[in-house]
Parts: sequence; structure tokens; C-alpha cells
Amino acid sequence: MKDNRSLIIRFTFVIIGVIFLIKLFSIQVLDENYQLAAENNVMKGLVEYPYRGLIYDRNNKLIVYNKPVYDLMIVPREVVIGDTLNLCEHLRISKEDFRDKLAKARSYSWYKPSIFLKQLSNEDFASLQDLLVDYPGFYIIPRTVRSYPYSGMANALGYIGEISKSGLSRDSANYYRQGDYIGLSGLESKYEEPLRGKRGIKYRMVNVRGLEKGSFKKGRLDTLPKIGENLISTIDIDLQEYGETLMLGKVGSVIAIEPATGEILSFVSAPSYNPNLLTGRSYSEYYGVLSTDSLKPLYNRPLMAMYRPGSIFKIVQAMVALQEGVIQESTRLRCNRNIIGCHGPHSFENLQGAITHSCNPYFVQVSRKMINQGISEDTYEDTRIGLEKWRKHVESFGLGSPVGIDLPNEKGGMIPNVNYYDNAYSSTNWKFSNIQSIAIGEGENLVVPLQMANFAAIVANRGYYIKPHLIKSIGGSNQPLPEYQVKHYTTVDTKYFDVAVEAMAEVVRSGTGQYRAKLEGIEVCGKTGTVQNNNRPDHSVFIAFAPKDNPKIALSVYVENGGQGARAAAGIAGLMIEKYLNGCTDRTHMEDYVLRGDFIY
Amino acid sequence: MHGSHAYGRLCFEGRFYLLKRGEDIKASRLDWITILIVATLALAGWLNIYAVVYESQLDQFILDINLNSGKQILWFGISIVAVSLIMILDFRFFDSFAFGFYGIITLLLIAVLLTGTVVSGSKSWFEIGFIRFQPAEFAKFATALAIAKYLSKSQVKLDNLKSIGIVALIVGIPAALIILQGDTGSALVFGTFVIVLYREGLSPVIVIIGLVAVALFVLTLLFSPLILISALLAIGAAVLLFWLISKKVTPKKLLTLGVMIVIPIAVILSVNWVVTEVMQPHQQNRVKAFVNPEADPLGYGYNVTQSKIAIGSGGLLGKGFLEGTQTKFDFVPEQSTDFIFCTIGEEHGWIGSFILISLFVTLLLRIVFLAERQKSKFSRIYGYGVASILFFHFMVNIGMTIGLFPVIGIPLPFFSYGGSSLLAFTILIFILLKMDAHRMQVLVH
Repeated sequence: MKDNRSLIIRFTFVIIGVIFLIKLFSIQVLDENYQLAAENNVMKGLVEYPYRGLIYDRNNKLIVYNKPVYDLMIVPREVVIGDTLNLCEHLRISKEDFRDKLAKARSYSWYKPSIFLKQLSNEDFASLQDLLVDYPGFYIIPRTVRSYPYSGMANALGYIGEISKSGLSRDSANYYRQGDYIGLSGLESKYEEPLRGKRGIKYRMVNVRGLEKGSFKKGRLDTLPKIGENLISTIDIDLQEYGETLMLGKVGSVIAIEPATGEILSFVSAPSYNPNLLTGRSYSEYYGVLSTDSLKPLYNRPLMAMYRPGSIFKIVQAMVALQEGVIQESTRLRCNRNIIGCHGPHSFENLQGAITHSCNPYFVQVSRKMINQGISEDTYEDTRIGLEKWRKHVESFGLGSPVGIDLPNEKGGMIPNVNYYDNAYSSTNWKFSNIQSIAIGEGENLVVPLQMANFAAIVANRGYYIKPHLIKSIGGSNQPLPEYQVKHYTTVDTKYFDVAVEAMAEVVRSGTGQYRAKLEGIEVCGKTGTVQNNNRPDHSVFIAFAPKDNPKIALSVYVENGGQGARAAAGIAGLMIEKYLNGCTDRTHMEDYVLRGDFIY
Repeated sequence: MHGSHAYGRLCFEGRFYLLKRGEDIKASRLDWITILIVATLALAGWLNIYAVVYESQLDQFILDINLNSGKQILWFGISIVAVSLIMILDFRFFDSFAFGFYGIITLLLIAVLLTGTVVSGSKSWFEIGFIRFQPAEFAKFATALAIAKYLSKSQVKLDNLKSIGIVALIVGIPAALIILQGDTGSALVFGTFVIVLYREGLSPVIVIIGLVAVALFVLTLLFSPLILISALLAIGAAVLLFWLISKKVTPKKLLTLGVMIVIPIAVILSVNWVVTEVMQPHQQNRVKAFVNPEADPLGYGYNVTQSKIAIGSGGLLGKGFLEGTQTKFDFVPEQSTDFIFCTIGEEHGWIGSFILISLFVTLLLRIVFLAERQKSKFSRIYGYGVASILFFHFMVNIGMTIGLFPVIGIPLPFFSYGGSSLLAFTILIFILLKMDAHRMQVLVH
């Protein structure tokens, strides 16, 4: 019996050992979760942010770069609270502020470093560097913020900032983490991916309190950061600055495009702001100020401000009518001021003359021919058919929907269609007389300034456009994005554009443009637009391109409440063309006139 | 010293050359297999203690006295001195002085209650200079000696309540004193003597009842009492039905069945009461953590969760010596003492664990083998006492790190960092080896 019991005891010992080994096999060899949990315990990824790409203008002048700033870091456990007054003075914060920030850091972690003060300047850094020797637990790490040598172009460039919660939830690729910087508007936002590069991660091991304990798996999992790609802009920064100067004290926009390429030469939104205001520590300080300013400096007028196209639209009407064959270049129509009011001394113009003199009755009659082609015997039905035909042509000019610039938040304006009028009149019973104001660019048509600049480029190109864009080369590619290499033809044949070109040349040669847009040695083609603005002063609009043959620049100028298009807008357009083509201007009287800004008399 | 007659007789049993060299070479008759295993365990333990404190960024030396590994070397020295003392003493000293040891230790246990130092909640330490010493560790071998002494008396048989009662008292007194110190874990070790009693003739029924009670206790923690009681009643009803159908029902059987159902229900109902009313909060948490560590992995389940992560992340071959991260970076609590097994599991994987567990099982089997070859009842019972104490430590310590036992803070013998336990286990095992070396001389008396 005793031997038996001894065996049972021995058996028990062995069984326990076997049970342990089975259990150990299951958790060590069969179950991988423990391995993952262990890595999760000790692995901490340290993000290494690459330099954001730089932006140059078309002449390789640097317009956006990274400026080093310095974050003051704190490790609360190492901080010795002694005489902090001196430190506070250097940091330009109050003692209460200091205490708050210390408490905040402590509540985050006693062991892990956190940011005590963000984005100190070079000068702050210099004064702190020696001082910090006496303050254990504080140290400085360099970062970068965006910086801009030129004060202009802020609305096109945009700004970067910490990614928002909604931005994080939209990030389907899961690239961003809280606290990361991201382009929030403008080019910074549109070209975020090439600009940001790719961050690297160094995996470190940490102990249970978060203290670093060397590299994880000897750095085998680490990735190196990839520097962001530089962009070359289509902007001529000198022309840009000049345009901004001309627009000082005014509200509006100036967009200049190289017609053959769609490259935007200048992109002025007025009023604007100095882009350096929205960088680093000053971002939070100025963002609020700028976003509540009654003149809306953050509002990107070239893309977002919608206006009636005004008289400029008559050129579109002319082109469409020619294409549809309802008139010829030689068609003369009476300036019947019973139909609609008109201006200037003319009575019986052909097409070119009607454009040059902006004859309202002419174009109302042309429009009627266009809309009511007699396809259907029912007048209402005929109008519907005609309007849809007309609309398709008009939209091929990049109107009615966003043109597709490489900037976010572009508006498309509005070209009314059948449904629109059905809703507006709550019935299908409307005819041309109800909608005739669209004939002269008033009524329901809406455009943004960019579309008008693009329209000038279309006429300059005699019938096509390349989507206007601000970036002509990404990284080493030497090419813009593919969508900015495609020609978009309008539905109007090239041959019909000559009359528009001639008319526009005539406007500047002897018409309304002759006083302020006419240049010596450069044949400028232009068209004024005076946009009715309810009961407030009209908006002054001018589109132009030059030279007439082989044009190098096409532009639209909007000056809100600037009165007639021949004044403010034509003056600015002339100066811009001269500046770009000649490199300078000696018409100081015109500059003075524009800068004085007193256009309504 | 014991007369040449005895040696002469023994030499015919094939031990001539041993005897011829006389009693000065007692060491040559020590069981070197046991010593080798113990030394291996101690050395491996020492390397693991170093692995726990090792930091690659620091310039460390394993013998640095400021490191645990350095201190442990000091305790190796002290233990070797203790071994030498045991070797010098007459082998009959332990037999004669068994109750003496027991008495001294009991007094020390009382004294520590009055004058001891509190370390992590337990008032179980004496502090002399920079050395701390824990009498509870030494109570184990003293109690083993006392049980052996009492049970080896020819008139004592474990078939009557009086003998069982006296043995229970011998075990119970130090256990109770240790519970009073607040060191329930060490006190639980004394329950292991049931193995000794079983070997010496305690009715298996008592052992089985005890095991069933423990099983019920655990089941009650795992399942709600209502489910268990329903299950019991269902089983009872099924048995009754079977009897009725087969017409084998007798009044005696009915009574037995009734008792078999009622008593477990009472146990089940009392467990809940024990857990909530008798146990202290930290003990309740350990029980809860055992039942379901995932319920609160950052609270009471933290130790077990992290310990399993450390061991589980070792894989088959382990991360390599000094390459562990979980133990080294303090994710596992008490890494060098109670949870030292985590370092083996993490750095040496399943293979390392296999070797370590095999070493322990071999040691336990070897000790039982030694116990069984004793010629005197006293040394045999003591041998079983040694085996059961080591077994309990082995089972509970490793079992708790892999979630098979609740966390009870007791060390892994010869392996964990800690002077008192190393010294106490060394004394425990070398007393047996000393007696084993002289087992033949018992016949002379």
C-alpha cells in the first residue's frame, strides 16, 4: 500500500509538470496574442517629420520655405521648482501661466516629455539656450514652420495648421495623427501629399513608465522620413506683388493667365493678408482677427466671389450665335432702345461694332434668334430647346461649373437651365421675353473672376483653354498634373473667334478701353464690363489679353464698387500687361490714378 | 565512532570502499545528483536575477553588490556556510533536536509579531543591520522536522483522531502565527504536509474530501452558485431515477446521496461568504484575477495579465538571454522574486521552461526516491516533508505566473531572489542529504 501511495505522489508531481508544459505550450507557441501584447507594451514609435516641400515662382524665386522654430519641452519629473521668475520673464509668460502649463504637463505624464511652449522664435531660442542649463527638466527641440519672403499671394498659397478632429476622421488612409500639421487651405491643401513627403518612424522601447530604453529590434522596423517635394508655381511673383500693390485699398481680384498653357501668372485677391501672420505661434493670434474682419481677407475672391458677367458676356453670345448660324459677322441690327436701354452714340452696328460698343438691343435680338430658332411650333417648347442648346455652348467656355483650378473651394457660378426657370416661374410657361436679360450678361448668369480670366484666355487662344493652374512642376517631374496638360475646346469653331478678337482690339484701340488700357507698342485686346450691383455702385470689370497675335497674357480684373469697367479695372489691366510684357511701366500717372482709388465721378 | 562491527557487516553489501575511508569523507556519500540539480537551479536563477536588472545602456557587472545578482552571490556564500555547519553536525542531531528547532522557530514567529519590521504589508521580517531575515521561511523545515519526529514514534498511527489532531496542531500553530503576520501565502504552504500524512497512512477519503472542497471552491468562483446547485440537484435526481428504475434503492444509499448533495451545497453557499466576508480585499482581488484576469487587466488582473504576456511572448525558443523586455522594463511586478519564472519564459521560451520544469520534477522525484530509501521512519517522513514543501512552491509559483493558480506570493525554490528563502531551502534539503548519507548507520542503533 505504501509503495502504491509513493507512486501516486510521484505521479502527481509529474502530472503537474506536464500540465504546466501543456499550458505553456499553448500560450507561448500556439497563441500569438501575447507576442503582440508584449510589443504593444514596449514599442513606441517616434515620428520623424520630413521637411515640407518648398514652393518657387516661375522664375525660381523662393516664395514658401520652412523656418526653424523651437518647441520648449518639459519632463515634469526632472523639474526642480526654484526661482522660476527669470524663466518666466524670458518666456514672456506670467507665473500663473507657468503654473498652469506645468500642471497640464504633469497631468499628461510625469515621465514623458510634452510641449511646454510651442514654436519659439530664433531670438527666443538664443536667449533661452544658456538659461536652460539652470532649469533641469526643460529642453528645446527644433521644428519648422512655414515662412514667406513675399507678403503676397496668401489666398492662393493657403496655410497649414494642426489637423482637426473632422480632418482626422476623413483621413481614410489613416496617415495623420492628432497634432500633425496639414495644409488647411490653398496650395498647401491641394498639394498636401507631395508637399508633406512621408514621415519616418523610429521604434523605441519604453519601460512601464514610458522611459526610453533603446531601439526596438535594433531599428529593423524603422523607416526614414522622405522629404516633401518642391513645387514650382506658375506665378510670377513680381507681377503678383505689383498686382497686390495696385489692388491696395480695393476689393476685388486680378487673375492673369498665360493663354497657351493655362498657367496663372498672378492671382490677386483683395484685400488679403500677409501669409506670415498665419504661421507658428501667431496663427492662433491672427486667425480669429482675419476670419472676423468685415472685408473678409481670408475669402478667396478669384474663386468664390460670384458676379454677373455683364457686357463681357456679349462676346460669348456672339460666338454661340455664329456657331449656331443664326447671324453672320455682317449681320446688322438696329439699336432699338425700346427693347432695352443702351449707351453711346451708335445705331446700326454689325457684330464687331456691336461688341465694341456693347450694344444691348443688338444682343437681345441675337439672343432671341438663338433661343427661338423655330424648331418647335410651340413658343414655350421652342424656347426650352433653344435654351438647352445655348447652355451647352456656354458651358463649353468653362462657365456654369468650376473650371478646375488646383485650389480648393472653387465656385462654379451659374448658367440657368430649363429646370431653373421651371422652378423660378413655377410652371413651364415662360418664353424668351421672360429671360432676355441673360442676353447681355445680367439676369441669372453668375461667374467667378477666374472664369472670366479663363474666358479671356479662350478668346486669346481662338477657341480653347487649358485649365488654369498654379503649379507647373511637382518635384523633379517638370510637369504639372496631367489634367493641366489637356486642351479643352469650346463648341465654337476657331474661325468665329476672329471677330471677337477684332472687336476686343477695337475696344482698346478706339473704344472704352482706349483711355486706360491702350499701350504703346503692344496691341491689347479688351472688353469692359460694368456689373450692375442693385442700388450700390457698379463693379468695374475688364478682361483683356495681349498682344493680339500670339498672346502672352490674358486677364480679368474685378474692382468691386469701382464704377465703370473702363476706369478702375481697365487701368489695372493695362498696367499689369505692361508690367508683365515690358517688365516695367513708366505710366506713373496711371499708377497714381489706380492707387488713389477714386474712380467714381 | 560507531564501531567497526557495523562497517564490517555493511561492507558485504557492496559499500566497502566508502566505509573504509571512514567518517571524515561523509561528503562522498552525499547524493550528488540532488546537489547538482540544486546547484544548477541556483546558478540559472542567479543569471535570471541578473537578466531582470540588466540594462544594455548601463555598464553593469553581474557581481556588483549593488545589483540583486551581486547580493544573491553573498547569500550563496552564507548558504554554503550553513551547508558546512550541517555537514559538521552529527546526523542524529536533527532527530534529537527536532522539537527544539520547532520550539525556537515558534518563539521567533511570536517575536516577529511583536518586534518585526513591516515589509509590503507583512509584519514578518527581522532587521539586523542591513540584513533582513524572515522566520516564516525557516518555520517550514522546522515543522517538517517536528512532524517527522512525532509521526516516527512507534505508537503514533494516523488512523485515529487524536494523532491527526496533534499533527494538525503541529502544522497549525506556525501557520496561524504566519497568517497573523499577514503573510497568508507562506501559511498556505503548510497545507502541503497533507502529502506527507497521506504517504504515512492518512485515509485517502480525507484527502479526497479536501480536494473536492477545493474543487468546489474554485468552481463556485467560476460559476454562479445557482448553476452549481442546479447541476448538483440534477445529478442527484438522475442517480435517484437510475436507482428507482433498476430497483436498487436502499435507505442507506438514499442517506449517502442526501449527504453527498447537501454538503456540497453548503460548501458552495459558504464560499461566497468566505470570499466577501473573511478574505481581505487584496486577497479577494487575487481570487477574482485568477477567475478572470481579463475583466480588469489594468487593475486586479494586471499582474497575471502582464506575467502571461511576458511568458507568452517568449515563443518556442525565447528572445535570448538579456533580450527580454517585459520583465526588464518593469511590466511584470516582483520580477526577481515571485515572478522570476517570467524571465525564463520570456528569454528562453518554451524550451527553457521545459528544461526548468523538468529539473524541478526530477528534483522532486529524486527526493521521493531518497525518502523511500531511508532506513529510519524519521528521515523518510522528513524527506517527504521536503518534497511536499518544494512541490507546493513549484506548483503555486509557476502556476500563478501562467494563470493556473491565484497569485500567492511565494518564491520559486533556489531560483527567486531572496536570502531567507535561499538559505531556508538549502538548510531544508541539506538536512535530508546529511541524513541520507548516514542512512545505513541507523541500522547500528
